[in-house]
Amino acid sequence: MNTRTQVYLWAAQRMSAVVLAVCVLVHLGTLIYAVQGGLSATEILGRSRGSAAWAAFYGVFVLAVAVHAPIGLRSVLAEWLGWRGTGLDALVIVVALAIAALGMRALWAVIA
Amino acid sequence: MRNDWRARSHAGWWAFLVHRVSGILLTLFLPLHFLALGLALEGEAALDAALRWTEQPLVKAAEVVLVVLLAAHAAGGIRLLMLEFLPWREWHKTLLAVAGGVTLAVGVGFLLNLV
Amino acid sequence: MSVLQVDVWRGGESGSFQRFEVPRLESQTVLDVVTHIQRVLDPTLSYRFACRVGMCGSCAMTVNGRARWTCRTHVAEVVAGGALEIAPLRNLPVIKDLVTDMREFFDKWAAARGQFRPSASRKDDFARVEPDSPRRQLVDAGIECIGCGVCYAACDVVSWNPEYLGPAALNRAWTLVNDVRDGARDERLAAVAGDAGCHACHTHMSCTERCPKKISPTAAIAGLKRATLGAALKGKA
Ligand code: SF4
Ligand code: SF4
Ligand code: FES
Repeated sequence: MNTRTQVYLWAAQRMSAVVLAVCVLVHLGTLIYAVQGGLSATEILGRSRGSAAWAAFYGVFVLAVAVHAPIGLRSVLAEWLGWRGTGLDALVIVVALAIAALGMRALWAVIA
Repeated sequence: MRNDWRARSHAGWWAFLVHRVSGILLTLFLPLHFLALGLALEGEAALDAALRWTEQPLVKAAEVVLVVLLAAHAAGGIRLLMLEFLPWREWHKTLLAVAGGVTLAVGVGFLLNLV
Repeated sequence: MSVLQVDVWRGGESGSFQRFEVPRLESQTVLDVVTHIQRVLDPTLSYRFACRVGMCGSCAMTVNGRARWTCRTHVAEVVAGGALEIAPLRNLPVIKDLVTDMREFFDKWAAARGQFRPSASRKDDFARVEPDSPRRQLVDAGIECIGCGVCYAACDVVSWNPEYLGPAALNRAWTLVNDVRDGARDERLAAVAGDAGCHACHTHMSCTERCPKKISPTAAIAGLKRATLGAALKGKA
C-alpha cells in the first residue's frame, strides 16, 4: 500500500469518527430511553418500521462504522500480532464489506 | 528490550489501552448485534425470543459493560480528535477526566433505566 | 552513612542485573551512582555520558523502569525503598551494560529529512524571522531537543512497529516544516507520512510524559498528521 493511501486511511478513520461521535450520542440516548420497562420486538419495530428518518440515520451509522472499525483493526493486527502487507489489507477490506453487509441486512430487517 | 508497566503507568497510556480494548470488543460484538436484529426478518416472534434471552442477569450485565465500552470509546475518541485537530494546549489530562466522567454518567444512566 | 542497593544491567541483549552497594550522598544524581560503580567498584562497567549538565543527550538510561537523563535525575527523585534499578534504554539494541546502539535512532532522523535545506543562497540577505510569529513559536516548542532518545525508548509504537520513525525524528521534522527559511517542505512531509511516519502515532503521550526537556513530540506529530494530509490532498505527499 502506498503512503498516500495510508494517509487517506488515517483521514477516513478520523472523518468516520466525527460522524460516529454524533451517531453514538443519538444511539446511546435512544438506548437509555428504550430500555425503560424492558425491550420488546413490538416496541422496537414500532419505532423503526417504515421510518425514513431512522433508516437514513442508521444507514449512515452502519457505513461509518464499516469504515472506522476495520482501519482500527488493521493497526491492532499489525502492532499486536505482527500481520502486515497485502494479506492484512485484503482481510481489512473483507471485514469492512462484511460489516457493511450485515449492518444493511439488520437495517432492512427492522425498517422494511 | 521492551517497556514494562512501570514505563506505561501514566494517564495517556491507560487511556490508549481503554480505547484499544474497547475498540476490539465493540468490533467483535458488532456482527452479533447485527445478526440479532436480522432475526426480525423471520418475524417479530424470533426477535422477541432473542430479546427474552437478554433478560438473564448475566446477559444484562454484559449489556451494561457494552454500553460503558461504547461510551468510553466515543468519549475517548472525541478527546483524541481534539488533541489531533485543535491547536495544542496543556489539557490532555482535563480532557481525559471529562471523558471518564461522561463514560461513568452514561453507564449509571443506562443501569438505572435498565433495572 | 546510608547505602543504596543498586541493580545494574550487565552484558548485552541477554544479560542480567548485578547488585552493587553505593554510598548515598547529598544531591547525588543517578549518573553519580553509575560513575561511582565504574570508578570504585568495577572498572569494566560500560556507560555513556559527556556534559553532565543536560546538554549532550548521551547519558539516558532506564531508571526504575523509566527512561531518564541520568545526569540531571537526582537519586532522591527516583529511589524506591533505598534501591535503584539501572538498565539500558529500551527499543534500542544493547551493546554492553548501559550502552545502546543509537544508530537506528539517528538514521531515522535522517530518514525523516531532519536536515535543514536552505532556500536562499549566501548572496541573499539574512532571513528575518519574528520571534513571536506563529510558526517561529511552533519551532521554539520543539527546538531544544538534545537527542537523548528518552522519548524513543518510551514509545510503545516503536516496539510494535519497528519501521516507525519515532517521536524525536518527527519532532525534528516538525521544527523544520515550520522553519520559513527551509526549502524541503514537500519532500519532508512525504517522508514522514503514513504507517511508518506520523500516522502511526496513537497519542499515548509516553514521549511527552518522559521528555526531560519538556518537549511534546505528540504535539509535533499531531501537526505533521494534519500538514501531511493537506500535502496529500494537493498531490504532494
Ligand atoms: S504519543 Fe506517539 S510518538 Fe509519543 S509515545 Fe505515543 S505513539 Fe509514541
Ligand atoms: S524530544 Fe525530548 S526525549 Fe526526545 S530526544 Fe529530544 S530531548 Fe530527548
Ligand atoms: S551527560 Fe550530557 S545530558 Fe546527561
